[in-house]
Amino acid sequence: MSMNILSIPTHFKGSFGRQKHVRKALERVMHGIFFFFGIVAVGFVLLISAYLIFSGLPAIREIGLRNFLFGTVWKSTAAQPEFGILPFLLTSVYGTAGAMLVGVPVGFMTAMFLSKVAPRPLAAIVRPAVDLLAGIPSVVYGLIGMIVLVPTIRSVFDLSDGACLLAAILVLAIMILPSIVSVSETALNAVPKEYEDASLALGATEIETYFRVSAPAAKSGIAAAIVLGIGRAIGEAMAILMVAGNVANMPTLFSSVTFLTTAIAKEMSYSSGLQRQALFSIALVLFLFIMLINIGLNLLLKRGKEG
Amino acid sequence: MPEHYAPVKMEPLSGRRKVFNRSLHVLLYLCAAFTCILLVGIIGYIFYRGLPNITWKLLSTKPSYLSDSIGILPNLMSTLYLVVFTLLIVLPLGVGAAIYLTEYAKNRRLVAVIEFATETLTGIPSILFGLVGMLFFCQFCSLGTSLRAGAFTLVMMILPTIVRTTQESLKAVPQSYREGALGLGSGKWHMIRTVVLPCSTDGIVTGCILAVGRIVGESAALLFTAGLAHSLSGFFQALSTPGATLTVALYVYVTERGETDVGFAIAAILMILTLLINLAAGLIGRWLGKASHGRSA
Amino acid sequence: MEPVLSVKGLNLYYGSTQALKNVSIDLPEKQVTALIGPSGCGKSTFLKTLDRMNDLVPGVTINGSVQYRGLEIYAPDVDVTWLRRQIGMVFQKPNPFPMSIYDNIAYGPRTHGVRDRKHLDEIVEKSLRGAAIWDEVKDRLKKSALGLSGGQQQRICIARALAVEPDVLLMDEATSALDPISTSKIEDLIADLKNTYTIVIVTHNMQQATRVSDKCAFFLLGELVESGDTGQMFSMPREKRTEDYITGRFG
Repeated sequence: MSMNILSIPTHFKGSFGRQKHVRKALERVMHGIFFFFGIVAVGFVLLISAYLIFSGLPAIREIGLRNFLFGTVWKSTAAQPEFGILPFLLTSVYGTAGAMLVGVPVGFMTAMFLSKVAPRPLAAIVRPAVDLLAGIPSVVYGLIGMIVLVPTIRSVFDLSDGACLLAAILVLAIMILPSIVSVSETALNAVPKEYEDASLALGATEIETYFRVSAPAAKSGIAAAIVLGIGRAIGEAMAILMVAGNVANMPTLFSSVTFLTTAIAKEMSYSSGLQRQALFSIALVLFLFIMLINIGLNLLLKRGKEG
Repeated sequence: MPEHYAPVKMEPLSGRRKVFNRSLHVLLYLCAAFTCILLVGIIGYIFYRGLPNITWKLLSTKPSYLSDSIGILPNLMSTLYLVVFTLLIVLPLGVGAAIYLTEYAKNRRLVAVIEFATETLTGIPSILFGLVGMLFFCQFCSLGTSLRAGAFTLVMMILPTIVRTTQESLKAVPQSYREGALGLGSGKWHMIRTVVLPCSTDGIVTGCILAVGRIVGESAALLFTAGLAHSLSGFFQALSTPGATLTVALYVYVTERGETDVGFAIAAILMILTLLINLAAGLIGRWLGKASHGRSA
Repeated sequence: MEPVLSVKGLNLYYGSTQALKNVSIDLPEKQVTALIGPSGCGKSTFLKTLDRMNDLVPGVTINGSVQYRGLEIYAPDVDVTWLRRQIGMVFQKPNPFPMSIYDNIAYGPRTHGVRDRKHLDEIVEKSLRGAAIWDEVKDRLKKSALGLSGGQQQRICIARALAVEPDVLLMDEATSALDPISTSKIEDLIADLKNTYTIVIVTHNMQQATRVSDKCAFFLLGELVESGDTGQMFSMPREKRTEDYITGRFG
C-alpha cells in the first residue's frame, strides 16, 4: 500500500509518457526548423558568393586578368570589343575617396556638434532629420542631383554637360553623410564623461577637450563610420547612374564617368555573350572590394568593443 | 586684511589657443549649419516640386498611351504587394534565425559564422543582390522577371535587419523569465512561444518597420528582378508578373521619358512614406519599450 | 600667513535646492586640508567650486566670494582655463585618458603650448617622479595607461595634474576606489607633495584625515559646521555634531 501511494497511478503514467514522447518529438522538430532558419543567412552568402564567382570567372579567363583589370578601354558593343575596366575601377576609387573627403569632415563635425555643443532642443530636431535623410531612397537623391546639381555644375564650371564625376562625388557625399553623422555621434556619446572632466580640470577649453580627448577616445567608432561610408559609396548604383554621365572615360573631375556599379546597371538589361559575362566579372571585382571592406569593418568594431 | 597684498596676475589664453578654439568653434557651427540647410533644402525642394503634382488622377489610374496620361496606381500596388510578400517570407526566417542564435545555438563557432554571414549580407551592395537574384530566382528557378523574384531577392537583403533587431530584443528578455518557464517544466519551444516571443514583439515590430523602409526605398536590386512594367492586377497574379515599384518607376519616368514632374511627385510620396516609417519606428519603439519595461518591473 | 584660497559666504544651488549654505573658510598655503562629512553633505560640491568645475553642471547658481590669492575667481573676466591650471584636480575614480602614459602626462603641457620634445620629456619625467611612479613606468611610457593597476592609474592622474605645475591640488576621495596598499602609497605621496603644493582632499575615511591633514573642515547638510587644526578637532571638537560624527555615531 505504502508503495502505491508513492508511485504514480498507472493510467496517468501511460498518458503522461505518451505526451512526453510527443512533446519531445515536437521539441526536436522545432530545433531542426530553427537550425534551418539560423543557417539560411549562411546559405544566402554562399549562394551569392558562388554565383558571383562562377559567373564572374569565365570572362576574366577569356579576356585575361591583366587586360581586364588594367585595360583602359571599355568598348563592349564594338565590332572588336574591348573589356578593360580600369576606368570603372578608378572612377569607383576616386568617387568614393572624393565623397569621403567631403562627407567625413562635415559628418564628423556635425556629429561633434550634436553630441557636445548643440543646445538640447536643437539636437532633438536635427537628429530625426538626419535619420530622415538616411531613409530617403537613392533614386530621390539621384533625381535631385540630376535636376539641381548637374545644371548648376554645368553653368558654374561652364561645361557642355554637368553630369560628371564631381556631381557623383557630391551626391555620394550627401548620401553617406547621415550614416557618418549617426555612427560617429553614437561613438562620441559613449565617451566617458570622466575623460572630459579630467581634461577640463587640466585647464583645457571645452573645444580642446572635445577634439583632443573625446575624438581620440571615440576613434574606433569614428573609423567604423568611415569604413561603413566607404562601403555605402562603393556599392551605390542608382543615384550616380542618374548624375555621372555614364561614359567609360578615365576619370577626371569634370568628365562623364562610369562606376563599377553603374557599368553593371547600365548594360545588363541589353547585354549578351561575352559582354554579359564581363559584367558579371565586374560584379565579382565589386564583391571582392566589398568583402575586404566588411572584414576591415569587422576588425574595427571588434577592436572598439575590446578597447 | 589683504589690502597690501597684490592679487595674483591672470594669464590670458595664448593667441594660438584662441585661434584654435575660435576656428574650430566656427567650423563646428558651419558644418552643422551646412547639414541642416542641406536637410531642409532637400526635404523642402522635394515637397515644393512634388506636392503640386500629386493629383488624385495620378494616384488612381494606370498609365495610358491612348490618353497620353501617367498614373502610378500600378506602382503603388506593386510596392504594396512587394512589401507584403517580402515580409511574409522574411519575417519567419529572420525571427527564426534570431531565436536560433539566442536560444538554441550552443556551438560558438557556428554562431560566429552565422553572425559573420548576416554582417556580410548587410554590406553587400544592392546591385549585386539584383544580379544574383536575376541569375538564381529569375533564371535558375525560372520565376522570370516578376514581383516574386524581386521579393525573394529582397528577402536576402533584408534578412539581417530582422535578425539584428529581433536578436537585440531577445537578448533584453531577462534570463529569469526563461529559467522560470523551464523550471515549470515547459519545453524549450513552449517557453519560446509563450515567454520569449511575446516579450520581444517590440524588436520584431521595429525590424518590420525598418524592413518596410528598405523595401520601399530599394531600386537597384529590383531593376533586373521585378522589372519595369506598369501593369495592374490582383495580389496573386501580380506576384508572377513583372511590376515596377515606386522607386523604379521614378527612375524610369525620369531617365527614360523625361517626366520630371511625375518623378518629383513620386519622390514626395516616397518622402512622406519615409517620414511615416521613421515616425512609426520611433513611436513604436518608445511605446513598446515602455510597455515591456512596465512588464519587467 | 596669507591663505591661498579664501571663501566667504558661499552659497550654491542646484536649481532650487541649496547644496552649500553660507560657507566661509581659509585654506592655508602648503598645508593639507581635509574636508570630511557624511555623503551628500556638500564636501565634493564645495571642492568643485574651488576650480569652477561646477560651471559644467546645468542649473547651478553660486553666490558669495571665492578668492584665489586675492583674485575673485567667479568674476566674469576670469579665464577658467588659467584658473584650472593653477588649481589642479584628481578625481575619485582614476580616469587616465585612453592614451599612452607619456601622452597622458604630456596632455596638459601640450594643451598649454609646450611643443618642444625635450622639454616635454623633462616635464613627463619630473611629474612621474613627483607622483612616485617613475620607477614603475619608466620602461613602458609608450604603453596605454589603461593597462596599469587602479593605484598606478591614480598616481598617473596625480602626475598628469602635476605636469601643468599647479599651485593647489584638489583631491576628491582620490583613494576611495583603491586597495589599502595603493591608498597608503598615495597618502605618503600627499605628505611629500605638501612641501610644494597646497592640498585639499575630500575623504570619507576619518583615519585618513587624521593621518594626512593639517587642517580639517566638517560639513553637514551643506553647512560648514567646524574647521580648524586636525589634531585639535579630533581630540576636542567644539561642536556636538562634529563629535557625534567623528566618534562614529552617524555617517
